[in-house]
Formats: sequence, C-alpha cells, structure tokens
Amino acid sequence: MKTALPLRLEQVGFAAGGRIILEKISAQIGPGPRTILLGANGAGKSVLMRICHGLLAPSAGTVQWNVPDIAGAPRRQAMVFQRPVMLRRSALDNVSYALKAAGVARKERAGRARRAIEQVGLTQLAAHSARVLSGGEQQRLALARAWALRPEVLFLDEPTANLDPSATREVEAIIEAIRQAGTKIVMSTHNLGQARRLGDEVLFLHQGRLAEHSPTDRFFASPASPEAAAFIKGELPWA
Amino acid sequence: MHEALRGAFALVLAGDAKLLEIVALSLEVSLSAVALACVLALPLGAALAVTRFPGRQSLIVLLNAFMGLPPVVVGLAVYLLLSRAGPLGPLGLLFTPGAMVIAQTLLIVPIIAALVRQAVEDAWIEYQEQLRSLGVNGVAAALTLLWDIRTSLLTAVLAGFGRAAAEVGAVIMVGGNIDGVTRVMTTTIALETSKGDLPLALSLGILLVLLVLLLNTAAFVVREAAQRRYG
Amino acid sequence: MGMIFKLVAAAAVCLVALAITAPALAQQRFITVASTTSTEQSGLFGYLLPVFEKKTGIRVRVVAVGTGQALDIGRRGDADVVFVHARPLEEKFVAEGFGVRRFEVMYNDFVLIGPRADAAKVRDTRDIAAALAAIKSAQAPFVSRGDKSGTHFAELALWKAAGIDIVKDKGLWYRDTGQGMGPALNSAAAMNAYILSDRATWLSFRNRAGLVIAVEGDSRLFNQYGIMLVNPQKHPSVKRELGQQFIDWVISPEGQKSIAAYRIGGEQLFFPNYRR
Repeated sequence: MKTALPLRLEQVGFAAGGRIILEKISAQIGPGPRTILLGANGAGKSVLMRICHGLLAPSAGTVQWNVPDIAGAPRRQAMVFQRPVMLRRSALDNVSYALKAAGVARKERAGRARRAIEQVGLTQLAAHSARVLSGGEQQRLALARAWALRPEVLFLDEPTANLDPSATREVEAIIEAIRQAGTKIVMSTHNLGQARRLGDEVLFLHQGRLAEHSPTDRFFASPASPEAAAFIKGELPWA
Repeated sequence: MHEALRGAFALVLAGDAKLLEIVALSLEVSLSAVALACVLALPLGAALAVTRFPGRQSLIVLLNAFMGLPPVVVGLAVYLLLSRAGPLGPLGLLFTPGAMVIAQTLLIVPIIAALVRQAVEDAWIEYQEQLRSLGVNGVAAALTLLWDIRTSLLTAVLAGFGRAAAEVGAVIMVGGNIDGVTRVMTTTIALETSKGDLPLALSLGILLVLLVLLLNTAAFVVREAAQRRYG
Repeated sequence: MGMIFKLVAAAAVCLVALAITAPALAQQRFITVASTTSTEQSGLFGYLLPVFEKKTGIRVRVVAVGTGQALDIGRRGDADVVFVHARPLEEKFVAEGFGVRRFEVMYNDFVLIGPRADAAKVRDTRDIAAALAAIKSAQAPFVSRGDKSGTHFAELALWKAAGIDIVKDKGLWYRDTGQGMGPALNSAAAMNAYILSDRATWLSFRNRAGLVIAVEGDSRLFNQYGIMLVNPQKHPSVKRELGQQFIDWVISPEGQKSIAAYRIGGEQLFFPNYRR
C-alpha cells in the first residue's frame, strides 16, 4: 500500500481580503523527521498548515500528496488545533465519534477509543463531559481523538500555545509517543525552545515566504537567512 | 382582577369536564403542530446554516420575513385549500383538529427554522474546522450540530409552541370553533368575550398564560441542568 | 442519549398522525350545520341538539359564523345543512341551486336596545320605524353590526321602513362596526349608543352597563329562521340522508315542541312556526 507521504508543495500561495498571506512556498515534507513550522505570529504558519490538511484551498500553486485523498476512504491525516473543539458529550464519546466518522466498525470503536484515552492518561475522566475538562485535559483528549484514527500524518497547530508549563510537558510527551508509534509529526510553533526540543527539521516562515528549510541543528547553529538569524536572536517584530 | 384569578383556580380545581376537554385539545393541537413543524424546520434551518448556494441570503431574508406572517392570512389560505370547493377538499379536513394543526404548523415553521438556522450557524463557526478535519460534512455535520445544540433548540421549539398556543385567528377560520370538536382555549376566550362573559374569558386567559409559563419554566430548568452537565 | 431522542421523535409523529386522522377514525355519525353566531350564542343548540342526538345517534357539529359566511360555507359544500335567518338570501340560495328546499322553522324577535338616559326619547314606543326616525333627527349614537349578518340586513330593512336611506343619510352618529352581536353590544355599552339586537343575545349578554330595552313587540321586528339541505348534486360529499333526518326532525311536532321549550330566565326565545 502506498503511503500518503511525501507531501509536495509547489509554489503555493494564498491571498484573502486583498492581502497576500503566503507566497511561492515550495517544499517537500517526507516521512520520518519531525517537521516544525516556525515563525512569528502572522507569518502564515496556521494558514499553510490548513492548506496542507485540506481545510483551505491555495490561491496559487499545488498541494500534492503521494496518494490522493479519496472521499469516503479512511483519512490518512488528522489535525489538532490550538483551541480544542469538543462536542457536548463524554470524553470517550468524542473519540468514538471521530472513529465513527472515519468508518470504523462499531465493534472496534469502543476498544480503540478506550485505548486512546488510556494512552493519554485520561481514563479517570473518560465518562466526564468533554467540555467541562480543563484546557490541558481537552488538548490531551484532542490528541487521543487524533491518535485513535492512526493517521499517517498528524498536523498540530500551536498545540501548547494556551497551556501552562506542566500541561505543555504532558502534551509534548504524548506527541512523542505518537511519533514513536509511527505517525509523522508536522507541528507549528513560535516558541524557539519547543522547536529545538521537538523538531528534526525546521521550515521557517517569514511574512508569508519560506525563508529557510533545514535540519534543526544547522538552523539554530548557523541560520542561512538574516531573518532567521534575527528571529533566533529575538529581534524580529511580532507582526 | 382578583375575581378573575380566583375564577381561574376555581375552574381548574372544579375539574370541569368541558374545560379539561378544551385544554386537552389545545395541547394536542399545538404540540402536534410543534412536532410537525420541527420535522420540517430543523432540517431546513440546519441546511441553510451549513450549505452555501447562490440566493442563500435572499432565502434567509424571506424566512425571517415569514416569521411575521399574519395568522388570518394563513388561516384564509388554508381555509381555501381545505374547503370542499378547493384543491384539497376531498381530504375532508376543514372544520377538524387536523386543519388547525396544519394552520399552526405553517405559522411556526418560519420561526423555528429561522431560530435553528441562527443557532446552527453560530455552532458551525465554532465546529467547522474540527468537523471538516474529521471528514464530517453536509448532512452528517448538520445532524451532529443539531444534536450538540439540542438545549438551544429547546428555546426555538418553545418559541414555536408559544406562537402556536396563542393563535386564534387562523384556527377559528379553519376549525370553525365547533363545540366539543374544534374549540380550544384561545377560541373559547374569543367566544366568551364576544358573549360579554368577560370574567370567564379572563379566567381562561390566565389559565393559558400559566400553562405557557409552566412549560417555559420546565425548559429553563432543563437548559440549566444541561449547561452544568455538558458545558 | 440517541435512544431517548428517537423515542420522543416517534411519540411526536404518533401524536401528529392521531390529531390529523382523528376525524376519519371518529366512529360516530355526524353532520355539519352552518348557522349564525347569534343563534349559537342564544344557547338554543346546546339545548336542542342533545335531544336530537339522543334520538338518532347523529352528532350535530355547528359552525357558527355570520349569515353571509354561513351561506358561503353551504355554497362551497363544507356543510350539509344551512340554518340561518335571512329569507331573501335563503331564497336566492335555493334559486341558484345550492340548496334543495327551504323550510320555515321558527322566529325570534329583535329588540331596540338603548341607553337608560334615552336621548332620542323612544322608550315606550311600539313603533320601530318612528323610533329610528327619532334617533336620526336627534343624531343619537347608533351602533350597526355592518357585517352582512341577518341582524344587519334586518336593521337596513327597518331604516327603509322608516323612509330613511341610511347609506346616504348617515352621519357621525351612525357607527358601522363590522362586528358580531356580542362585540357590537360591548361597543354600544361603551359608547352609550342605540343598537338593534336579537332578543336571545341580549338576554344572555352580561356587560350591559347603562343599556336597557327601548322598543319591542313591533311585528316588523320578528326574525324568521329557515333551514335548507345543501344540494348533493352540487357537492356529492354532502350527507344527504343524515342532513335530511335533522331537517325532518326540526320541523316535526317533536322538534318544534323542543324549540318552544327552550327558555332563558323563564322567557321563551324562539317561536316555532313550521306550516306544511
């Protein structure tokens, strides 16, 4: 069976409301390394991620997976958003819902949902209503929901931006566990420390353009572009 | 006023068979209309909220405008439709509770649909990305949203019930206000007023208001409990 | 959770189906009679119909509206029998083929109601024409039903009998309200005006304020009732046999006796006058 990766972005651009948000992004995202989308707020990371995931259509260029996403077929990719969105039902039911939407048979759903909940450490809260859980717990639930789908690629859009340090650590640990189970991780962040900790390769975005694409060590040790250097030094303005 | 209030309680306590019959029919007609209206309005409202097509905005404006449809006009239209001399005459529905249900349903579908559309659209804004990420679109998404906002839907349904239960113009025309057959609380109030028996009319009116208040209180309690449980 | 939802939905559908099909399921035989609001509000039907029902097992459903609408209901075939009190209109109804035959059933009378203060000084007259003329010259407030009902037509006929072209000669004192008898009496009470009413509605009217009977007993105030079967040839859905049974009973000695027996406050309201 062919894998969905590599994902090929060819001259991808995106404009909205008269403004150009992304321009001429060309890159290849392959299986294996943990990919980090790095950049300041407003650099276009979220938009690019949504384009890769298929939530937005690019205004220019192409997004090419190795095998096209066929309607009705089990999704090969999942996404975790900055703010988790849960349905008004129990934590367990939220995971089962995703499995049902993915076409998993009823008999299998309960078991898989329970195991995913277990893996993120939410077994005690499985029967609780998902929307009354704390921010950190909901984000872990979102990860359980994505993981239960056993996706080939997991996109994460600034998943810990709204969490306190301890919740952040828990979430990062789960992401690592998911990677070890075989899922490709593509994560965006503006946090340098997190990028260094969790990334194997960095795609650095600056004002809608791909300024640099290199392995993490090389990126932080000797950034090729002046914008990257300024960003690492913390001199780059936020907008 | 006191006499009317005492009259209202006396009526209820007496358990007058005639009164019970009128109240029972009122509830049956209005609840049936609400049920039928939901079957039509929930999908309509949800579909309008999650789909995009040319002319959608005009349809929404039209729907909102229909909320203000004059009941007597609807009554006349249904009367002409159901009369033996009209297209649906063979159904023999004129001057029966069925005709009243139809008239009330037509009146409240726009209200429920418009409120549902607003509620589902607000929810769609919140849930859209996550649902699409999971591959949930179209009908499946609409159903998920409808279930998720079920307690807000209760508000819409109650608004519809309130309008249906308050209705008198259309139901008098299509029901004929026949004693023991199509006489409901509102039409009885109209009848007693026209006979000059105002205390009785007032007592019935108070009873009707109390009934509606009771339903709204129950719904409020349900909503609060759900809010606490599900967040 | 989904289970409860499905149960409620199922119950709702059953309720609707029941409400809409109930008439078809009704086992009892019934007929629909189009009559007037004043007749129903007099309480006659509440007294008379149970007697008929007990005898024949036929339930009578009365749709009580204005005379004009009652005849229209008959024309449309939405009723089996028409029972009103507007002779010229009834004869036209039969002549146009909407009714089979007209039978005279009973009469009641109209009374001129007026304020106790009696600005037009018509109390104790027995002459209704003279009274109306006096009201016009005094420009005393007068409430008209103006709704094409039997009472309205009777009022117009009486103005004519008084030699007054009311359409041309009316002034601000003449209030055309377009209402049924009860609401019109309410208006008259509020405006302290004169008004022509049927005796039955007046006897059961409770909101009298300062109103009393000003003129009664003039034979021109008598109000004749007629009953007709809606023509089954125009509307095959008409319940011919059951409708005819009702008409036959109403004009039978037994029916006529029941009509005469109906009282309000000890007073007879309707005077049976069927003659073969």
